[in-house]
Amino acid sequence: MIEVQDVYFTYPSGVEALKGIQLTIRNGEFVAVMGQNGAGKTTLVKHFNGLLKPTKGKVLIDGVETTKVSVASLARNVGFVFQNPDHQLFSETVEDEIAFALKNFGFKESITKRRVTWALNLLGLTQYKKTSPFMLSGGERKRVALASVLAWNPKILILDEPTIGQDYQQKEKLRQFILQMKAQRKTVIIVTHDVEFVAECNPRVLLMREGKIIVDSEARKVLTNSEVLTQASIVPPQIAQIFLQLYDFELPQNIIDVYEAHQILLKALEKKAK
Amino acid sequence: MAIIKTKNLTYTYPGSTKASISDVFIKIEKGEFTLITGPSGCGKTTLCRCFNGLIPHFYQGELKGEITVQGLNVAEHPIHELAKRVGLVFQNPENQLFALSVEKDVAFGLENLGIPREEMRQRVDWALQLAGIYDLRERAPHELSGGQQQRAAIASVLAMQPEVIVLDEPTSFLDPLGAKKIFEVIYDLNRKLGLTIILVEHRLDLTAKYASHIIIMDEGKVVLDGEPHQILSSEETRLIGVGIPKATQLYHILRKDGAKLANTIPLSSDEMATLLREAFKG
Repeated sequence: MIEVQDVYFTYPSGVEALKGIQLTIRNGEFVAVMGQNGAGKTTLVKHFNGLLKPTKGKVLIDGVETTKVSVASLARNVGFVFQNPDHQLFSETVEDEIAFALKNFGFKESITKRRVTWALNLLGLTQYKKTSPFMLSGGERKRVALASVLAWNPKILILDEPTIGQDYQQKEKLRQFILQMKAQRKTVIIVTHDVEFVAECNPRVLLMREGKIIVDSEARKVLTNSEVLTQASIVPPQIAQIFLQLYDFELPQNIIDVYEAHQILLKALEKKAK
Repeated sequence: MAIIKTKNLTYTYPGSTKASISDVFIKIEKGEFTLITGPSGCGKTTLCRCFNGLIPHFYQGELKGEITVQGLNVAEHPIHELAKRVGLVFQNPENQLFALSVEKDVAFGLENLGIPREEMRQRVDWALQLAGIYDLRERAPHELSGGQQQRAAIASVLAMQPEVIVLDEPTSFLDPLGAKKIFEVIYDLNRKLGLTIILVEHRLDLTAKYASHIIIMDEGKVVLDGEPHQILSSEETRLIGVGIPKATQLYHILRKDGAKLANTIPLSSDEMATLLREAFKG
């Protein structure tokens, strides 16, 4: 469980990035943090693995305050995948990159091997295991960074912009994986601008603006509220936009999923035909 | 007239045994807005690097076949000569920005071309304003957020006023409204100034409506090439796993179930809403 108690954070430059965040994330939750560039999304999630410590207030991970433990010991339970994979990759081969943390955490060699194979396979990287990460495309490097964290199976997984550079199939795989994590009572927190991905996953959404959480609710409610979305510099997903534009036809207004839209519109059109 | 033309274009990176793009035949007309998409790792970025000569001049490796930009054979003309014609905005802005201030970064290319000081001043300010970062001009690029860096990278290319602007996922770090604004800036450059735009994107929901031409790549090859409405309604596109816009997808499944919608394929929510409105009223 993650508990954030009235957290403020000011960068050394004087920028006040978080202004009184109050938040609880339970085990097994899937949360998307959304909002404008510079709203404090990445600053907030960096508090969850102790990379940043609050200027005021407390962050507790499973009841332990992040100021009382090292980042290294938090890392075992809290995996963090950065926005830009180049901030994270350094090994000579994809395989070594994924094995690195596992070795550091002292996993046995046989387990390390098995985990590496599993992660390579999950992210469609097996063919590149002997390749240098720097030879890969942007989207592939992003997946290597993801694989290297998934491999050690942390209880809490934080993904900063996981869908950047990913095609539709890769996104669908990521969605399936997150659902699996959820089923195992693991916590997944993504920071994302990808409204279509969020619309497909329907997670709990934290909408941030200027260092504060302005809305905390399920995706279908947040992504269909054009007023708060505008405040957070977010454009509604296409399906929501279609329903917003058809406001005068007595259709429900909280639709974000294409298949749900299909059912509702079919019925409405049939009714019209009669 | 075709501004970019390739014939049997095949390229293999140094040290690699497999070609990253093979037998690419494409033609991009002056003034087109071309969208290049396809699965991750399919060769999109590699193809972009050929447009301004980074391949073969910088990356070396083995280039076969031919690519011409405004009639110039890319392999025979140095990057600085091609840079005046084709501006490339990289996927990762950190690979592009290096100066001590945003303004200096934007001016860098112009300084190299020996543009007079007064004109340089004007062009830099124009580009900064278009990209929406005039207020950040004195900041250091490395202190900016990912989204702001992407805007700076776009400004530095705009300032060069090339005939062709190639953008490789230029808004991946931007929030949706910021991304939309950038796409609209790019679209304006295309419509008002007649610049040829080549955009690499996975998110067709955001971009398909701007395109006049779509190229879909898979495993280093061009598999589909044509007019967006046609390409996005083809079965092949779906099978490759290209994420067609949700509005287009909704249109197809409704029609499949017999919904009476006009026979014009929508690429955006606006177009789809109009079709539904007609169906409800009709």
